[in-house]
Amino acid sequence: MASAVESLPVSGNHDTSEVRTCETTTLPVCLTAQQFIRWHAVVAVVFLLVGGIGALLLGLTRWPAVHLLDAQWYYRILTLHGLNMLIFWILNFEIAVLYFAGTSLLNSRLASKKAAWACFVLMLVGAVMVDVAIMQGKSDVLMTSYVPLKAEPHFYLGIILVAVGTLIGVINFFATVYIAKRDNTYEGSVPLIVFGAIAAAIIAVVTLLHGAVVMIPTWLWSMGLLENVDPAWYRITWWGLGHMSQQVNVCAMVSIWYLMGTLTVGAKPLNQAVCRGAFVLYILFINIASAHHLLVDPGVGAGWKIWNTSYAMYLAVLASMIHGFTVPASVEVGMRAKGFTRGLFGWLAAAPWSNPGFSGFFLSVIIFGFGGGITGVVLGTQQINIMAHNTLRIPGHFHVTVVGGTTLAFMALTYYVVPLLFQRDFYGKALCRLQPYVFGGGITLMALGMSFAGSYGVPRRHWDVEFTGSQLAMGFDSGAYTMLGVMGIGSLIAVVGLFMFILLVVAAVFVGPKIDGQAMKPWHEERQAPADAAAVDEDDHRTPGTLVLALVFLLTFAVYYFANWMWLADVWEVR
Amino acid sequence: MSIHNPPAGWFKAPTGAERLWVGLALSWCIIMSVAMPYWHFYGKQNPTGESYKVSVQDFGQRVGEFVRAHQVGDEKGIPIVEVPPGGDGYMLARMWSFYPILKLKKGQTYRLHLSSSDLQHGFSLQPLNMNFQVLPGYDHVLTIRPTSTGIFPIICNEFCGIGHHAMTGRIIVE
Repeated sequence: MASAVESLPVSGNHDTSEVRTCETTTLPVCLTAQQFIRWHAVVAVVFLLVGGIGALLLGLTRWPAVHLLDAQWYYRILTLHGLNMLIFWILNFEIAVLYFAGTSLLNSRLASKKAAWACFVLMLVGAVMVDVAIMQGKSDVLMTSYVPLKAEPHFYLGIILVAVGTLIGVINFFATVYIAKRDNTYEGSVPLIVFGAIAAAIIAVVTLLHGAVVMIPTWLWSMGLLENVDPAWYRITWWGLGHMSQQVNVCAMVSIWYLMGTLTVGAKPLNQAVCRGAFVLYILFINIASAHHLLVDPGVGAGWKIWNTSYAMYLAVLASMIHGFTVPASVEVGMRAKGFTRGLFGWLAAAPWSNPGFSGFFLSVIIFGFGGGITGVVLGTQQINIMAHNTLRIPGHFHVTVVGGTTLAFMALTYYVVPLLFQRDFYGKALCRLQPYVFGGGITLMALGMSFAGSYGVPRRHWDVEFTGSQLAMGFDSGAYTMLGVMGIGSLIAVVGLFMFILLVVAAVFVGPKIDGQAMKPWHEERQAPADAAAVDEDDHRTPGTLVLALVFLLTFAVYYFANWMWLADVWEVR
Repeated sequence: MSIHNPPAGWFKAPTGAERLWVGLALSWCIIMSVAMPYWHFYGKQNPTGESYKVSVQDFGQRVGEFVRAHQVGDEKGIPIVEVPPGGDGYMLARMWSFYPILKLKKGQTYRLHLSSSDLQHGFSLQPLNMNFQVLPGYDHVLTIRPTSTGIFPIICNEFCGIGHHAMTGRIIVE
């Protein structure tokens, strides 16, 4: 317990028995925060496993050649999969990230241990309650639980408890940022990653309040205490929770991109004002994002839809496009400063692709940008949404944002969280190095299959593309079946990558070699820069390679965007 | 470094490639935000979200009257109803069918009323892949003009219970 405070310019606010210094990063580690980070991470991975088993069953059901589950179990497992993955896995991981950012990066203690307990217990109890309700079989309402579909009251109550628990965790984070400021534990502005975490937390508060506004009346309605919940009102408010929470994920993911760039290759942001400005754009211009889900709904008009899907000139999209540039650019600057200056992409070729922290993070950037980002904006265009709403194009989009993007970034970070905060080493490092490629590759293939199947009209959340038992027969083009096969194979590969991750992490956390008191073994050997290369000053901000990548991205974006307008011009006229 | 407090004076304007990219990205965002209103004036696919509150009973009654007035045949017990060109056509989504079958003429304009008598449903016209949301309590009016002929299946693409996968309907265009 050597004091962390001496190595830092200002004294932290830690009790000396409550802090250690990280041997690898020299950052201070608040032991209370570490404890809760560990618990939230473990619980997160358990929910990831539940959701992953669901993913396997769903992939094997929607692959027409297999069609594993019966209809009832398909919808039940679909409900389970959505909530465990999108809510329980991600929120638990995000609380862990907030605790880390608030304490280690600000040299502060966690503000309240009691609040951390309350957050943890509520989130866990709520999630278990939801999962029990689903498996009891009377809450097959899918993640969105659109009224007047009705679940058991404890299904809604569980979600409310998770939301309240998360809110307490977020407030504890704000309190930590506050006491760090009050106690002068750091000098100057907060680090970029803390800034991103604060942005995520602010959006999370707004999101969770929407959740309370929609879920409490629905809960009362499920118990018969309220007569009616308007379905249009439910949709608009539920998506204030459902979509905005994805912006929390984006914020958290981008912060982790910056963190992983720093930890793996010493990435250096070019201009922090730009990076921070982009986070501010997220806070200010995160749409009344529920609009994206209501673009072909009754109850709201065209003007409302157009404004809310694009307001202030897509400034939230601009923010993502900025991060999509500055993150690889910061890697390029860091690598060029080490002497990897050859050509446009010498820095990228020399990057540590065998380090799962790096490969996971960089693949996350690519998959999120080229896959999730582009499809998201296009599908969220009011008129183009006619050809996408509730088809498989939608899950084809969000599996490359929240899975290939957010979850893969979280996985990359986990390869550092386990040695640094659990102080355990991994077994099977070759498998660790392979895992991000398997997972990233599988999820990308799956999402491509989904997107193209959706273009053939195949609906999402639908058990049988043969429409067995329908009065009026219906079938899809054979191309749709090919694409559903691609989706099925991709989902199997992704699930293999997911189970690899869980196995490796569980083995490391519970029986991995203890490395207390030592620096973690680096994931990659530092490569020697070519001897003839003149190292570039790290204040030299030329990033030609990243600019070329960004231009390729913009071109891809434009082609996909205008192609969709062309396809739209071919369907029936509608006003 | 992103994990440390930035050096003083970090707040400055971007330069070089970064500045260029911010400019390009902003221009692209402006193009996209102009595209949607542009299509409203010059494109033909612009659902306005026209809708009215309606009770389940009232809508059911209107569908019944519509079927009685304009039925021209039936298939498997489901009425086939010819919508008068320029007139109103009604379609009721319910667990688990779309009622009735509509018959339209290519190039004519129709006001198509969609509502549900129970849960939320999704009106998905195949193989065109045109999709609209159907809510109980709301009369969702789409002014459509078919530009192709044939038999167009409708499938439900909003989860509506155990029989959801078998919920289909039909529009015939001559």
